[in-house]
Amino acid sequence: MIIELGHYALCLALIMALVQSVVPLLGAYHGRMAWMKLGHAAAWSLSGLLTISFLALVHAFALSDFSVLNVATNSHTMKPLLYKITAVWGNHEGSMLLWVWMLSFWGILVVQAGHRLAPAFQARVIAVQGMIASGFLMFVLFTSNPFLRLDPPPPEGAGLNPVLQDIALAVHPPLLYMGYVGFSVAFCFAIAALLEKKIDRHWAASVRPWVLAAWVSLTGGITLGSIWAYYELGWGGFWFWDPVENAALMPWLAGTALLHSVAVLEKRDALKNWTVFLAILTFSLSLLGTFLVRSGVLTSVHAFAVDPARGVFILMLLTIATGGGLFLYALRAPYIRSLRQFRAFSRETALLLNNVFLFAVTATVFMGTLYPLFMSALDLGSVSVGTPYYTATLAPLLLPFALLMGAAPAIVWRAGNPRLVLQRLLYPALAIIAFLLFLLATPAPQKPLLLLVLAAGGWIVLTLLQDVFRKTGGFQHARLPLSYYGMVVAHFGFALVIMGSAIATQLTTEKILWMAPSETVVVAGYDISYRQPQTDTGWNYNIDRAVFDVNHTGKADSFVMAPEKRWYPVANRMTSEAALQLDATSMLYIVLGDADENDRNRFVVRIYHHPMIALLFGGAGLIALGGFLALLTRKRPLHADATGGVA
Amino acid sequence: MKRHFLALIPLAVFILLVGLFAAPLLRGKDPAKLESAMIGKTVPSFTLPATVPGGDVVSDAQLKTGDITLVNFFASWCVPCRAEQPVLEAIAARGDVVIYGVNYKDKQEDVIDWLRKYGNPFRAIGFDAEGRVSIDWGVYGVPETYLISKTGQIRYRHVGPLTPDVYNNILRPLIAELQK
Repeated sequence: MIIELGHYALCLALIMALVQSVVPLLGAYHGRMAWMKLGHAAAWSLSGLLTISFLALVHAFALSDFSVLNVATNSHTMKPLLYKITAVWGNHEGSMLLWVWMLSFWGILVVQAGHRLAPAFQARVIAVQGMIASGFLMFVLFTSNPFLRLDPPPPEGAGLNPVLQDIALAVHPPLLYMGYVGFSVAFCFAIAALLEKKIDRHWAASVRPWVLAAWVSLTGGITLGSIWAYYELGWGGFWFWDPVENAALMPWLAGTALLHSVAVLEKRDALKNWTVFLAILTFSLSLLGTFLVRSGVLTSVHAFAVDPARGVFILMLLTIATGGGLFLYALRAPYIRSLRQFRAFSRETALLLNNVFLFAVTATVFMGTLYPLFMSALDLGSVSVGTPYYTATLAPLLLPFALLMGAAPAIVWRAGNPRLVLQRLLYPALAIIAFLLFLLATPAPQKPLLLLVLAAGGWIVLTLLQDVFRKTGGFQHARLPLSYYGMVVAHFGFALVIMGSAIATQLTTEKILWMAPSETVVVAGYDISYRQPQTDTGWNYNIDRAVFDVNHTGKADSFVMAPEKRWYPVANRMTSEAALQLDATSMLYIVLGDADENDRNRFVVRIYHHPMIALLFGGAGLIALGGFLALLTRKRPLHADATGGVA
Repeated sequence: MKRHFLALIPLAVFILLVGLFAAPLLRGKDPAKLESAMIGKTVPSFTLPATVPGGDVVSDAQLKTGDITLVNFFASWCVPCRAEQPVLEAIAARGDVVIYGVNYKDKQEDVIDWLRKYGNPFRAIGFDAEGRVSIDWGVYGVPETYLISKTGQIRYRHVGPLTPDVYNNILRPLIAELQK
């Protein structure tokens, strides 16, 4: 009964979304306040109905109601309650419902927090959101309905992929979706602005918090996803340039570019068309991300959602949203003039360059991700594009980008003074050069890429410190806007990410060997001895565990690491639970492979040592934190700025 | 004019991309379909002990004796296999194909119990405890079903449980063709 209620609420939600897409738009056109206000009511009702709908599905999962097809396919009574509930979005139908639900949530935020917007503009934004919601609701109802019944109900569900029974994974899709869907607000703002042919500094100031909020969620989602892949998939890596990972990275890159160009528009009334284009692009890439994951056009580790009919539907949505947006852009952009000219040496030029780099990186990742698809579309065979491509293409972009990133905060808006900037950057530059010379002089094995990335990261950190030092009068006061500190924290986090990932990949130690009980191996300065095997049972799985004693070679203090292999009889799946031990900033990582057929206590053991990996994940967290700090900043008057973070 | 042209570029690029995306989907290429390298080839040679005590051994020789056969890979721990069992029984009852089973990574007592409960449409069942033979066939998981010609050639592979639709729309026409 509750399921039918949820289904009914979903149908009503579609009607409400259609009302929301039409009435406020007409109201804005005819200048009728009541019609515009109806959009607010519609957005609230939409959100309420979808909440009912979503909770109905959660209820069915929590009670394991296998008369619901979706529950029967994706849940199981033998699962802990937490994972029964996370299973709601661990599958295609439920995750799409989550997608629209979140969209409606952003919708009411626009209604509530957007009261400073002009009513007609707000009405247009709300209407465009209604259109997106309508499209996705049709998608859910017509191709991916989670409320279909199954008769007769099976006695037991078909379980959930045990790899997906994990807390980081349970949290990361909602965060990721929060980001994807959040960029819809920027998109709606762009469409509304194009409709009104009015893009100015006020528009930039009002869209910025929305971009930031979406960007922070997406950053968090990507970070959690990467952490999950690192410890759960057991491949000893944190980023695989997998299409589904790239699908989340592309909107992030475009969103980062958008964040910076919005700042230019807000400060200098420039880059108008470009900013609007980026807003459309960012949301389109978010839709593309949804499309790539949900259509299965690209095969990847995320193979849990494959259905061409749905792919075609999402492709249609993408075509209407992006195609419509770009069509409007083609019509209106020529009439929108960015008034001012740039001086060659200024903050805005630096940010423009930043956008050029980020756009180039986005395009590179885009090409790498879709190249296999182009090849198969043109019947040129199947290829896959891997890490070497990305290293070769992105490393050369990274270095000048880092150089720029360090220098930009030292350059003021409008007209920078090159001599002054050189003065400010002198000490950091000297320090980096000294560092490079020192490393080149040491006899240690040289890894040019690693050295360059370390120098680049060091450069960003030093210039940031220098900038904070200068702007706080030698750390004497902290009277700077929170957004400035947000920029500092985020840039610092970025430096940590590039340094951490370079060190972790370039200086990694990896060993694969057979080990029987009481054998010892030395890896990267650790004595690792295999004490004994154990068997155990978990909640819904059986465990083969190997217990290792680990200590620093020559030291007494030891710790225990116990990687596991888990057998989920219900799902008939084997998963490998790597044992991870963070030691200062480096990670020791042990994975159990196959057991010897004749001696079940003897295993293939893979041991990785990733130095400085904590920098990578910590840095990613700092990037999100920086964005969050900037989000907390109170609205500043538009004219005041001397200090200027971009975000 | 130049401004108009510039503003059109994103749209043009986008239309091009959509075309590239849509091509494979609209051409009806199903990305979920698993291509098998075994189609058209002769079945790999193998011999499996009988699962049921006193039953026949299953080997490639039986698949080349002039009967059209289905080889069904299943296991007692596999829930979809349970669902396809009535379909297999119905196919066996029609009598135009002989069905052999290969029992994948299973325990003998479990299977016997399972067959008693859900029925046994198989002429003989081979016991593939380690899954080696299944690997030779290119089996991804259970259930999978292969259609074999009179001379032992693999004609079709179905991944997942057989349904009446699959039988009526795909297997039956193929079987009719093989009977000629």
